[in-house]
Amino acid sequence: MAEAHPVGFQWVMEAKKRGATVIHVDPRFTRTSAVADDYVPLRVGSDIAFLGGVINYILQNELDFREYVVAYTNAATIVSEDFQDTEDLGGLFSGYDEETGAYTPVSWQYQGHEEHPPSRGEGHIQRDTAAGLQQEVHGPPVPAGKNRDETLQHPRCVYQILKRHYARYTPEVVEQVCGVSQKQFQRVCDAWTTNSGRDRTTALVYSVGWTQHSVGVQYIRSGAIIQLLLGNMGRPGGGIMALRGHASIQGSTDIPTLFNLLPGYLPMPHHKQHETFEKWVDAIRHPTQKGFWNNARTYAVSLLKAYFGEFATEENDWGYNYLPRLTGDHGTYRQVLDMIDGKIKGYFLLGQNPAVGSAHGRAQRLGMANLEWLVVRDLYMIESATFWKDSPEIETGEIVTEECATEVFFMPAASHVEKEGTFTQTQRMLQWREKALDPPGDCRSELWFFYHLGRLVRERIATSTLERDRGMRNIAWSYPTSGPHNDPDASAVLKEINGYDIATSRPLSSYTELKDDGSTSCGCWIYSGVYADGVNQAARRKPGSEQSWVAPEWGWAWPANRRILYNRASADPQGVPWSEKKAYVWWDAEKGEWTGHDNPDFEKTKPPSFRPEEGAVGVAGLRGDDAFIMQGDGKGWLYAPAGLIDGPLPTHYEPAESPLRNPLYAQQANPTRKVYDRPDNQLNPAPPEAHSQVFPYVFTTSRLTEHHTAGGMSRQLAYLSELQPAMFVEVSPALAEERGLRHMGWAHVITGRAAVEARVLVTARLRPLRIDGRTIHQIWLPYHWGGSGLVTGDSANDLFGITLDPNVLIQESKVGTCDIRPGRRPTGPALLDYIADYLRRAGLDASHYAPLETPGAGE
Amino acid sequence: MSRKSEPARAGNGHRPQRKGGGRGDRVMVPPADFRSYYGRPVIKPPVWTHDVAAYLFTGGLAAGAALVAAGADLTGRPALRVTGRVTALAALGASGYLLVKDLGRPERFLNMLRVAKPTSPMSMGTWIFSAFSAAAGVAAAAEVAPWLPRDGAVGLAARALPAAGRVGGLAAAATAPALATYTAVLFSDTANPAWHAAYPRLPFVFAGSALASGGAAGMIGAPVREAGPARALAVAGAALELTATHGVEHRMGLLSEPYRIGKAGRLLRAARLLTAAGAAGALLGARSRVVSTLAGAALLAGSVATRFGVFEAGKTAAEDPKYTVVPQRERLAAREGA
Amino acid sequence: MAGPNSLFGPIDPATDAGYVDAPPRMGFFTDTSVCIGCKACEVACKEWNAVPDDGFDLLGMSYDNSGELSANTWRHVAFIEQSAPPSEAALDVLREAERSVSTQFLGMPSSTLPGATGREDRDLRWLMMSNVCKHCTHAGCLDVCPTGALFRSEFGTVVVQEDICNGCGYCVSACPYGVIDRREGDGRAWKCTLCYDRIGEGMTPACAQACPTQSIQYGELDELRDRAAKRVEVLHQRGVPEARLYGHDPTDGVGGDGAFFLLLDEPEVYGLPPDPVVPTRDLPSMWKHAGVAALTMAAAVAVAFLGRRP
Repeated sequence: MAEAHPVGFQWVMEAKKRGATVIHVDPRFTRTSAVADDYVPLRVGSDIAFLGGVINYILQNELDFREYVVAYTNAATIVSEDFQDTEDLGGLFSGYDEETGAYTPVSWQYQGHEEHPPSRGEGHIQRDTAAGLQQEVHGPPVPAGKNRDETLQHPRCVYQILKRHYARYTPEVVEQVCGVSQKQFQRVCDAWTTNSGRDRTTALVYSVGWTQHSVGVQYIRSGAIIQLLLGNMGRPGGGIMALRGHASIQGSTDIPTLFNLLPGYLPMPHHKQHETFEKWVDAIRHPTQKGFWNNARTYAVSLLKAYFGEFATEENDWGYNYLPRLTGDHGTYRQVLDMIDGKIKGYFLLGQNPAVGSAHGRAQRLGMANLEWLVVRDLYMIESATFWKDSPEIETGEIVTEECATEVFFMPAASHVEKEGTFTQTQRMLQWREKALDPPGDCRSELWFFYHLGRLVRERIATSTLERDRGMRNIAWSYPTSGPHNDPDASAVLKEINGYDIATSRPLSSYTELKDDGSTSCGCWIYSGVYADGVNQAARRKPGSEQSWVAPEWGWAWPANRRILYNRASADPQGVPWSEKKAYVWWDAEKGEWTGHDNPDFEKTKPPSFRPEEGAVGVAGLRGDDAFIMQGDGKGWLYAPAGLIDGPLPTHYEPAESPLRNPLYAQQANPTRKVYDRPDNQLNPAPPEAHSQVFPYVFTTSRLTEHHTAGGMSRQLAYLSELQPAMFVEVSPALAEERGLRHMGWAHVITGRAAVEARVLVTARLRPLRIDGRTIHQIWLPYHWGGSGLVTGDSANDLFGITLDPNVLIQESKVGTCDIRPGRRPTGPALLDYIADYLRRAGLDASHYAPLETPGAGE
Repeated sequence: MSRKSEPARAGNGHRPQRKGGGRGDRVMVPPADFRSYYGRPVIKPPVWTHDVAAYLFTGGLAAGAALVAAGADLTGRPALRVTGRVTALAALGASGYLLVKDLGRPERFLNMLRVAKPTSPMSMGTWIFSAFSAAAGVAAAAEVAPWLPRDGAVGLAARALPAAGRVGGLAAAATAPALATYTAVLFSDTANPAWHAAYPRLPFVFAGSALASGGAAGMIGAPVREAGPARALAVAGAALELTATHGVEHRMGLLSEPYRIGKAGRLLRAARLLTAAGAAGALLGARSRVVSTLAGAALLAGSVATRFGVFEAGKTAAEDPKYTVVPQRERLAAREGA
Repeated sequence: MAGPNSLFGPIDPATDAGYVDAPPRMGFFTDTSVCIGCKACEVACKEWNAVPDDGFDLLGMSYDNSGELSANTWRHVAFIEQSAPPSEAALDVLREAERSVSTQFLGMPSSTLPGATGREDRDLRWLMMSNVCKHCTHAGCLDVCPTGALFRSEFGTVVVQEDICNGCGYCVSACPYGVIDRREGDGRAWKCTLCYDRIGEGMTPACAQACPTQSIQYGELDELRDRAAKRVEVLHQRGVPEARLYGHDPTDGVGGDGAFFLLLDEPEVYGLPPDPVVPTRDLPSMWKHAGVAALTMAAAVAVAFLGRRP
């Protein structure tokens, strides 16, 4: 965090100054470790084993916050008797289909709900469309139920299932899998559990590297289970903080730049699953579901009104059929492979540099070289705009400038100080930025670009009679513009996002005002309220010293300016704070309402003792102590009966590329991981496949403080470039000795995809781990360099192949296997021969790919 | 490549990186145990170039020559006087050139004359140098009198010149010792440990060196008949230079080491040989112009070598953190022990 | 010269320099125990002061690629990787702490011994420290500057006027910390000004403003010294016995630094001199020796010429 988020890290230091204990778990000793109270090195890709060990420790010693767990989580809920755990099936859950490599999650359901499984038998389709995320976020349509055993003794209650599932994650196993000493592990468990409870809370912070694994979603689920067991959710000082990779990455999922989502986490319609508007809405909610997702229809109608204005009517299903449809996997990696295969003709890159920043850089560049046209909007001539003349493939002869037909349109972009708008940070807080100065020359904002692109496209098709053009012709595309370049007004866009009453144009103050009769328009329901009272709430900058410690008047956080989600859980079931020290929101019996330091995340006047009538659904179905109001059963999910592609409970699988056989299960890697078995995406062999010793080392990548991601914004700046002027690789002294690497000398790292050269830093900050009786060496590389800029170097991301998490289609780009050799890599065509030789020795050819299900698993 | 990119020496900043002086030199001081930041210097090496080392010589020569000239003037040694005054003027010219050239912004050399600052030996030196230059200039100018017409206004001036020359020459002589020795303060008043530690000795090294070079100039420029005092001064100066330099090289503990090793060591050894040989020549060759000239040349060369040696020792001392850290550590230990 | 301590000893430098009713002396307290090595100070300094880059050289000194303070680097973050515990004494304290933890640690929160948790097998330390001009009470650079380009500001700081400096380079050798340096191709001497142009407007210097963890604290020196002493106390209580201040003492060899530090190891480990002394302390003695040497010269000349008529 100190490394990639130094500004945010000031608050960790502030907490430390006040006595907080900071524990850092990372494969490599970083600037965070340097100031942490305790640093725990572990093997890359073993996090679930580590966190599973913590879960086991909590459950075996009954250190969970029992009152919280019983009341607010699904620990007491009883699961279907058809459910079989990884304990029973060699690392698989029940319902695995070898054919599709996916689960039919019927048996994972709560008891009595087996008849309501979502998307029965369509796990692989959900995987392709990254539908898991939507389901997780929405609280899938799980009906409210009464099958609970609040003594937690029922053998099929979630608590007992959890206990059995994690029983084998003992301290010994943690040591064996992660390389973390039992003593050190014990210290982490002690610190975490003793610092949680009524009087204390512990925060879990992760960076996006956690998501870049074939089991990335389950990493975070593991953390969530611990935080729920210890009562650290919905309470001040607790929670799970996702550190995003850029400014407003949170914003880019809220109002998404993702293929599978529409604003406010509404799913992108699928041509087969969501044929009609009604089917689409019912896929978002479930008629028998509790909670606020039950109002999905109002969110959906209001969004379509924002899109199509007067052309969205009840008769045409609010213009639902103007929306494009998913037909399968349209993720970024599928697209790149499709480009290589000639299936995609054009591509827009906005502030993204996949030639350097995405996994398997060579595939990225070869894909772009096979397009007809490419639009790049960036601050500088990045590698993704110049690959046709200076990529590494020019040297190897794989791209020939004269033959590369891709027409690149470079559109210079305005920087963040040259345009107005909002950033949404990881706390879901929107902060408005003023424009400090005009962008130079032809540089323009994204808003300018898209507004005028849309305007011009609409002019082109104004007289079109084609059905496919109707949506674009009917789109509401009217924004006030000003200035010499007709810049659209960003605050007008924010108002549209906030939503308004169509008849009166009155800005809405909350999503609870949304209607499904077409009388309201709202561009993103969760952002509704950001322009409440016609005031740009995101632009508020009242200093913290002039308001309460929650600081509600700084910026605006969705939903409803709420700073902590599910904060009902900060009070006990009776509505009384768990402790004075940790009081946050509570029930004021006299006034008959919820009150506190933050905006209560609960119906204002629903008393803690409220019990819904039999059969009540939606918001009305929530009990007075159902703190997790977005979940289908109102409970925090220790066990996920639906919504995840790869299982209801996090389970340790080895990374797709690993030098080790999974010590816990017969199943080696995530059996549902998304793979693209093709000759240009060879993955290094992992046990039990043969020849894994050709790539004996584990490598990982991350950022340096001094640079920004793929370097487009930092390698062009002298003041940053001088601070980290060259690509380097960090190795432990032991590995340096083993491979003959010299400090400051050259070395190159080799995988089945690429060989990347770098200067060597020999440092004790990397240390070999004893895993299962073997010494495992880990190598670390920063991924900031590419071919252009003031400082240049090979790109670490070239080393990775493409394997994806099945839930969200995020690539496994934080762990792989490799070899490292002293000296520089071969150049020109010799480089291809060099890699081909490794492939040959590793037995990798186009005729065999590792099966998803490891032979022997499932028994 | 900038200076920062000089390769770091081995080590991680925790344990001593280098022990002793190494480089094959005789180590008089026990190997020093010390820690440093990647073996990097603590202080900055002087940014001065060899121009400054050369100036140490030319300034000293000017001072010595002016003293010789004044003595010769007062004792009726015209050839020695002319030699002294002309040498002083030539050395002054070289000095001025070298000083201005070594500035980062030579066009701003006059900024030195904005202030007179007692805490700055360079400021003081500037005024000493200016005063000396004015006086020595007049003295040297007086030597053109014999070539001037004896009539008219010019003639009037020509007749006044010898007297002015004497006044100038005496004034120059009065400031000459300051010119010769302030440079020692200039070097000592730095954080450079080798230069600073030498402050009680360096003035004598420079005084001796200036006398030796001034005497040597007289030995070369004047006939042996007139050059007796020059020879005496040369010998006395050489003796002072050798004695004081020996102290610098051996009496300052670890901080003598930079004067004995590397380039400085070679220069100062050469200086010792040349100065001793020159002094011997001055003693033995009193009757031979040839021997005197050779001895004078040796003394001049010795003086040059001494100055460059002292300069180089400062560079050596700055480049190795040992010379900064170890004596300071010892000082701290002594203080804590007391 | 204003007083008996003008060359050495405790003094208020602005008053000594002749300011009447000078504002309080301002300075930096750099607490390395909370430095995260982000180098925001280096960048902010360069941005504000338009300092040129210092070349793109990988130095192999951990994450330090600036190397040292120089004409082109006015804030410099040092990185020291230590793979062994700091000292025997510190270890003893850690062992003691560990003992007390293991006997007292009965499910209590670790706040009784914050920072002590887990240190017993921490075999790696990564020290980071943002170095800067010390703005000495007795500043060698200022003392020796022959042009007046260097001056003492009303805030007690030491600043170079770039329109006066003629690049004589004397200050470079006079600095006991190796801070000020001459810029190649420019010829003038440059160093931290403590953002003279900002503090005069009541603003915080760029580095301190940019520092995310308050490792660099700017303020009135007296107040900073109090704050620093308390911080050391807290760290000692928290089981960091190696914490110590550097440059805070007005009786030290430079009369105390305007920019002082909290360090976690000996100063020389960070590239700092362990016992710096302003060279000018010895200036009177130097002149005395030079005077004797000068008299010796004069005497030698007199003797050489007297009684030697040609």
